[in-house]
Formats: sequence, C-alpha cells, structure tokens
Amino acid sequence: MPQSAFALERSIPSDVQYIEGIVAEVAAGCATFDFPSHLMSLNVPVALTEALANAILRGNGDDREKTVRIRVRVDDVQLVVEVVDEGKGFDLAACTRDPTTPDRLELEDGRGLFLMQRLVDRLEQYVDGGNVVRFTVRRT
Amino acid sequence: MSFTIRKQNGIAIVEVEGQLIVGNRQELKQKVLDEVESGTRKVLMDFARTGYIDSSGLGVLVSLAKTLRDDGGELRLANLNDDLRTLFELTKLDTLFPIAETRERALESF
Repeated sequence: MPQSAFALERSIPSDVQYIEGIVAEVAAGCATFDFPSHLMSLNVPVALTEALANAILRGNGDDREKTVRIRVRVDDVQLVVEVVDEGKGFDLAACTRDPTTPDRLELEDGRGLFLMQRLVDRLEQYVDGGNVVRFTVRRT
Repeated sequence: MSFTIRKQNGIAIVEVEGQLIVGNRQELKQKVLDEVESGTRKVLMDFARTGYIDSSGLGVLVSLAKTLRDDGGELRLANLNDDLRTLFELTKLDTLFPIAETRERALESF
C-alpha cells in the first residue's frame, strides 16, 4: 500500500443506528488523506449511507443477528468502498429505477440505488462470500 | 442530530440539525405528524443546519408533503445549501416542493 493510502475495515451489526458513525469514521479517514472535501459533503456520505441501509434492511432483512462488513480504501486516485451483507445478492440493473418519472416522483421509496448511481463514478454488485456492493469515487 | 419545532403564526418551523437519514427519519416523521394531529397545516423545514439527506429522508419529506396536502396544508423548504439543492435536483424533488432561499421568504410565501 502506498504511503498516501488509507484503509479501513469494520464489521457492524445489522442496525441502522450504526450507519452515521461509520460514515463519520470514513469521512475522517478521507480527510486525513486529503480526499476532496466537496465529495465528502454529499457524494460519499450519501452513497455510503445508501449502501449500508440496503445491506442492513434488504440484504440482511433487518436481522440484528447478522453482520455487515465494510472495507474502504483511499489512494492517490480514488476511494473504493465495499459493503458486504449476508444476503443472496440482487440484480443491480433490474432494481435501479428512475424515481423522477411522474408516476414515481411522489413515491416514498425507490431512490436509493438511483442516487448511488448518480453520486459515484462506478457502482457494482457481485457475490463473493456474501452480497457485495462496491462503489468507486475518483478524486477528480 | 436533532429536530426542533417552533411555532410562528400557526406555522410549524422544523429545524433539522445534522443528518436526515434512515436512522432518524421516523423520529422526524412522528414529530411532524404530531403537529398535524394537533391542527397544524403549514410546515416549514429549515435545512440551514443540515448536513446530508439520504433517500429515506427524502422519502419522509415526500410522505409528509402528501399528508399535509391531503389535509389542505403545505410543506415548504428553506435554506438548502448547494449539496442539498443538487440532491433535490437529481431526484427532481425540486419540482415537488416549494423551496425558498431563506426562512423569512418561506414564511412570507405561505
């Protein structure tokens, strides 16, 4: 790992009350490694919050006995976050809907994956020892 | 994170301090619904001290707006910073909510 890299690994119970603390910890780490502040005020915290909420509520079915793992790495080029839950995975493309159409604009739910897609440079989902949602945010 | 509700000329002004996310959205929703239950029909969300909002937070605002509208009321927003404006524009919710630059302008527009 280059000297200018930051890495973090955490494991939390499936409880949404842990989300804000993890986001704050990642933000602090990114700030230490001069990750652009404008990306830390909206893009990264919202994308990470969405990924964690999906993992807790959907992947793990809001079961507090289950665990969500978080891996974060920041280097000179980008931030990469992996959020791993105990679910079977999902079809990212099929589950991402446009919430801005007139028939969906006033729905309470359904904006999470759409927001993630818009706020990060790359969003992936795959199964590897759990359901993994991985997103990348480049420094520039 | 905290929510403070003040009343001014029959308008409930909700100050959202910190984040509005999945972990606290129900608290906000219940506080506002309690106001609606007690007769309030005009609600102003003041985001001057708000950090970020996730999709759950946006969803609660949509839900509250519908509840108020169904009761003949209205939900207005004020003091969105550039990031929050971006969020509302990305989701086109800026077309759903009346958004004012300041609290004062929002209060005048009710």
